[in-house]
Amino acid sequence: MDVVLDNASAVALAFGYTLSLFVVAGVLSGIFGTLLAAMRVGPVAVLSRAAAIYVTLVRNTPLLIVIIFFRFAGPKIGLTWSFVDISIGDLNLNNLYAACVVGLTVYTTAFVCEALRSGVNAVDLGQAEAARAIGLPFSGVMREVVLPQAMRASVPPLASVQIAMLKNTTVCGVLGVLEAFARMKGLTNDYASSRTEIFVAFALIFVVLVEVLSFASARLERRWRVA
Amino acid sequence: MAAAVLFDAPGPKTVRRHRIYTLVASLSLLAVLAFIALRLQQTGQFAYVKWEPLLTPKYIEALLVDGLLKTLQMAFTSIIFAVVFGVVFGVGKLSEHAWVRWPCWAVVEFFRAVPVLLMMIFFFYEVKVAGGVSNGTTGAYWSVVAALTVYNGAVLAEVFRAGVLAVPRGQAEAAYAIGMRKTQVMSLILLPQAVKIMLPAIISQCVVALKDTSLGYAIGAIGLSTVGRSIYNGFQNQIQTVFVMALLYIVVNYLLTLVATWVQHKLVGQRKPLEVGMVGGPTPDRTLV
Amino acid sequence: MRHTRIKAAIAVLGLSLSLAACGDAGSDDEGRDVEAEEVEEGKFEEGTKMAELAEAGKITIGVKYDQPGLGFKDASSDVPTGFDVEVAKLLVADLGIDPASDSVTWEETISDNREPYLEEGRVDLVLASYSITDERRKVVGQTGPYFVTGQQVLVKADSDIAGIEDLKGKTVCSVTGSTSLENVEAAGAKGAPADTYSQCAEDVLNGTVEAMSTDGSILLGLAAQNEGELKVVGDEFSEERIGVGYSLETPEMCDWINGVLEESFEDGSWAEAFELTLGGSGAETPEPPALDPCPAA
Repeated sequence: MDVVLDNASAVALAFGYTLSLFVVAGVLSGIFGTLLAAMRVGPVAVLSRAAAIYVTLVRNTPLLIVIIFFRFAGPKIGLTWSFVDISIGDLNLNNLYAACVVGLTVYTTAFVCEALRSGVNAVDLGQAEAARAIGLPFSGVMREVVLPQAMRASVPPLASVQIAMLKNTTVCGVLGVLEAFARMKGLTNDYASSRTEIFVAFALIFVVLVEVLSFASARLERRWRVA
Repeated sequence: MAAAVLFDAPGPKTVRRHRIYTLVASLSLLAVLAFIALRLQQTGQFAYVKWEPLLTPKYIEALLVDGLLKTLQMAFTSIIFAVVFGVVFGVGKLSEHAWVRWPCWAVVEFFRAVPVLLMMIFFFYEVKVAGGVSNGTTGAYWSVVAALTVYNGAVLAEVFRAGVLAVPRGQAEAAYAIGMRKTQVMSLILLPQAVKIMLPAIISQCVVALKDTSLGYAIGAIGLSTVGRSIYNGFQNQIQTVFVMALLYIVVNYLLTLVATWVQHKLVGQRKPLEVGMVGGPTPDRTLV
Repeated sequence: MRHTRIKAAIAVLGLSLSLAACGDAGSDDEGRDVEAEEVEEGKFEEGTKMAELAEAGKITIGVKYDQPGLGFKDASSDVPTGFDVEVAKLLVADLGIDPASDSVTWEETISDNREPYLEEGRVDLVLASYSITDERRKVVGQTGPYFVTGQQVLVKADSDIAGIEDLKGKTVCSVTGSTSLENVEAAGAKGAPADTYSQCAEDVLNGTVEAMSTDGSILLGLAAQNEGELKVVGDEFSEERIGVGYSLETPEMCDWINGVLEESFEDGSWAEAFELTLGGSGAETPEPPALDPCPAA
């Protein structure tokens, strides 16, 4: 453990990157995933089909390939994200970071959409029928009746998706963001004699982060549970 | 809930409105696609030189044999081991003895929470292979398999547990009533029925495993992602290679998903697929009789 | 041109870490012919690892496959080429084993698995641009150095960056699990991790990062591959002492390795090996470095 403690600031910064990737991509995928889910269950057939195709394509592509696309294929057609250069404290969010966030978002959006759709599916039929019976249009049915309940029902699958995303941020470690995984590799290389400890320390930090997230979502689920 | 119950059958006005929506949506989707195509055209991405390597038999062979075949091998080997791992720990988590249950719980939670990439690196440099496998790439191959085994095994352990719990309670009670022992109840009554419920979940886990084999990239394990990298590094045709790689993954995974859906209908009927609690989440209260 | 490229890339396909070369960075020739020496009775003391290897007539050596000029495996041959490999050949020959024969197994070691391979005995020696550090010496034996290099910076040919000093606060690419990345950070630049050197070079070429940084010898090889597009700039801002790795269980190897290295420094075979490999990427042949003394047994 000494090695990790001696390098505490570097390790903390690395997890700062991990968490910032998680938060930024989490919020973005939440927004786009909701829009996509609305398209998916909405009445416009073209949009519904487009959303379904997007989900099928992205869900079946490995995250690594998606990020590689934005990191290495993107620049070939002038997509370099070079306008992104933000510093927050020690965190430097540059173009490589942006490309990784975009990759994570594109990938996670498909899963958020599916989680929300499963939530919509979980809402009782009678609810939507009753809403329609009192004359609400589609937007009203969704906004006033279905989505609020669907949101509650989707908390567990959404939490699973975002927890998976937290773990997925490690993929960015080989593609340009100095986050926890990249830092761990650096440390194990410098301190060859304490590799196991370094690995265990990083693994445990991940376990703690995951457990905190799932605890939070369990609390949320309980609080929001429909009586 | 079918999408159709969310809205009424559209009247004449709405039909007109929907037509406008459809038109606008189609046009904007087309515009996006056209813009991408234009961009690709402008930067010369349709040039034959860029595609040539991917049409050359040698590279096709490399992509399919060194790439796809190895990738499938890694995925299926790890799934087979993962099923074993899952049965052992899934049943362990259902044990009546706390000293069996808790360690199994800890192992499953740990491997579900640690990123696969971390496990891969760990196996790669930490686990000493007895007898010394004589090839560096073999080590990478087995590191990928081991990392995927423990991760998917931990997920499957939860699936098994949920599957066993999903077997109607009366089944176990009846078995005890005719004098069966615990092991008999588990192996003769519960597991066979549970497997039927779980099969679709196992197949969808294959998709997860197949996608995660791509991470072998980080330790140089031969697979689709690694072969693709050597092609695009050699020819600077990132767009084309990534396109082909993604296509291969999508086709294989899509086929797997179709199989899973078919099995689901065949074995389980239209019932909802098994629900598995997330890592660290609360576990259903029901325990074995 | 097309053909060399395709040929090179085919070879690389079989390997895991790739760098399709069309340049001449140590990949055009098969290296020097080194002949096996006669091993007289009693040259190696009974019971030593050297005697064991000479007796068995077989040896396994860990090298890199993705560093042009140092350790690189190419289409045209089954064996890797580069300066590391040339030095390894000298050691092999001293054991009475023919370096060009099948008795020598070349094993790819990447940064992450060099120590485990030595500890497990999967390789007998490691010559894989293996920097000597005190930390590594805790787990494996390292001696030499047979080459001293330093970290430099690789930028686009039209860049005005003149060295690491100009890169404060800018993004610099290097490979994870190497000391280079930490040195970059220590110099005040922002490190961007990648998993191969060619990936970094690609990032510099397409302008995603300002520069990449690692051992000058590796950069020279990459610059040679992309002539006119990339250049190496600045002074060396770190000192990497490249040595030979052996297992701590066989400390007797240290004196033997040092002996062979010393001999090659004197008879010119070291310089010859350098000119054939790294010399090709435009570097002048330096003075042989001073060897570390072996730890007292």
